[in-house]
Amino acid sequence: MSDPNLTTLGHDEAGAGGVTGATDQPGGEARQNSLWSDAWRQLRRNVLFWIGAVLGLLFVAMALLPSVFARGVDPRSCNLSNSNAEPSAEHWFGFDQQGCDYLANVVYGARNSLIIGLLAVVVILVLGVLVGAISGFYGGVTDSILSRIADIFYALPLILGALVVLRSGILGRGVVAVAIALALFGWMTAMRLVRSQVIAIKNSDYVAAARAMGASNTRILVRHIMPNAVAPVLVYATITIGILIAAEATLTFLGVGLQPPAISWGLQINTGQSLLRTAPHAVLFPSLILTLTVMAFVLMGDALRDALDPKQRS
Amino acid sequence: MGRYIARRFLLTIPVLLGASFLIFALVYALPGDPIRALGGDRPLAPAVVAQLTDEFNLNDPLWLQYVKYLGDLLQGDFGTDFRGREVIDTISQRMPVTVQLAVVAIAFEILIGIVAGVLAGIRKNGFFDNVVLVSTTLIVSIPILVLAFIAQFTFGLQLGLFPIAGVNEGWYSFLLPGLVLAAGSLAYVARLTRTSIAENMRADYVRTARAKGLPRRDVIVRHTLRNSLIPVVTFIGADIGTLMGGAIVTETVFNLPGIGRAVFDAVRAQEGAVVVGIVTLLVFVFIFFNLVVDVLYAVLDPRIRYE
Repeated sequence: MSDPNLTTLGHDEAGAGGVTGATDQPGGEARQNSLWSDAWRQLRRNVLFWIGAVLGLLFVAMALLPSVFARGVDPRSCNLSNSNAEPSAEHWFGFDQQGCDYLANVVYGARNSLIIGLLAVVVILVLGVLVGAISGFYGGVTDSILSRIADIFYALPLILGALVVLRSGILGRGVVAVAIALALFGWMTAMRLVRSQVIAIKNSDYVAAARAMGASNTRILVRHIMPNAVAPVLVYATITIGILIAAEATLTFLGVGLQPPAISWGLQINTGQSLLRTAPHAVLFPSLILTLTVMAFVLMGDALRDALDPKQRS
Repeated sequence: MGRYIARRFLLTIPVLLGASFLIFALVYALPGDPIRALGGDRPLAPAVVAQLTDEFNLNDPLWLQYVKYLGDLLQGDFGTDFRGREVIDTISQRMPVTVQLAVVAIAFEILIGIVAGVLAGIRKNGFFDNVVLVSTTLIVSIPILVLAFIAQFTFGLQLGLFPIAGVNEGWYSFLLPGLVLAAGSLAYVARLTRTSIAENMRADYVRTARAKGLPRRDVIVRHTLRNSLIPVVTFIGADIGTLMGGAIVTETVFNLPGIGRAVFDAVRAQEGAVVVGIVTLLVFVFIFFNLVVDVLYAVLDPRIRYE
């Protein structure tokens, strides 16, 4: 697990972007800009990126202004006589078991999912960049210890680890608890990514030049190394938001994530699974929206990786 | 080689200990009292509580509990759950189901993943290549949970081709859950094979083989494919450990009595000994296959030498 071959193997797609882009440039502002403007030019031509971006914006809007997308229907105003009614022209997604408008419920579920996805990814980035940079920059015993700790967390599957933490109740219940539980067992890849980037860049000529001119460790890390490690981390973070949203739905489905009366896609899928034969729309709609949300981030991340990989440019 | 393996093996020990202690601490740091919960509505006699608390070492500080647990574990004793059932019995009863599931999943990864990857890679940017790229992106975007329901609904309920729950039909019952479990890795295997094949198609030795006038099939199968499979084989090896984690969701949705389902039930019932036992086992499997893969890498690629 500590073998570099394996680490790069698992994540080579995400890591391919920055290493080559970073080592051969002198680190000046002009070159830095051109990497990003080249990437943007490439990104603009990518249809899949636009599909992802439009879907992503749509779901962000849905999280911010759910009442607009729910066509003004209150998700909690329910009428049991409508229980599990099929979709109709009036009620596009039909009704759930309690007779609540399903479109409104699915739409209002977007907010929790996005908040957890974003919050968890921020914690992952803070932890991953911090630990990875320290580990890669200082090396030696520090690196060995931090890498071994990352290995320990890496050996525990994300869902299993988060399941145990959430069930133990140490973090409490709710949105923040779920996000932190996911981040706790999800920061290792970011750490390894940053660590390998830092090690690669640390030995480059321009870092040696900066050191020769008397720059301090902190200055070298912040001004010279980190900006060059941004690209692969950005790609990783984008895709990870999608994966974390899926993981949140899974944990909630398993009963340890968000609890009713919170509105969440995982809860909706959980309730719907027993109705798969009689009211398949109960599973279909939250699943569909969940998948499209995850897809939005995966598509954007994929496109970003292609755009930031100078090797692919001709 | 021997020295490398020994060193790698020693390095895995702290990871294994750390991971099992982490889970142990999380499970036993619970505020609740599992012994009192055992009695349900009728409170247990104080003597019984004292006896059981003593038996499960619940009065000791956490680290001492862990050391005692470890001592038993090294003698092959996984302990008992709070109902007095041996944890090792639960594991040996549930393990075959998960192993079957994993075997089916790996078979799908190899069959579909590698074939799709090869077909895409030999004609990069061709029609089939684009089909594979788009479909793998789609598959990666669908959470296992959703995929499981899609599979259950279409292949199980609508088409009636596969059983949607249980293991009553032998290997046949594992096809659908196996495919669902494999899906994400399958997409990755296809992409990995594609990239690797496309890269090697431009290699000097492939050009030489073609210049010798070898038939296209021989060039692809005997020269390109064999060399391109090295990263794929190692990925699949490492994936065996990862699949064990994904089995939690798959086994829950398809109602398979495997190890993933067992650990999930144990987490919910706060059966500490079962959770720690199974998680330690899963971590061991994960670490073991990663070690095997590292060694395999050197065997498959003679350019890599660990001395």
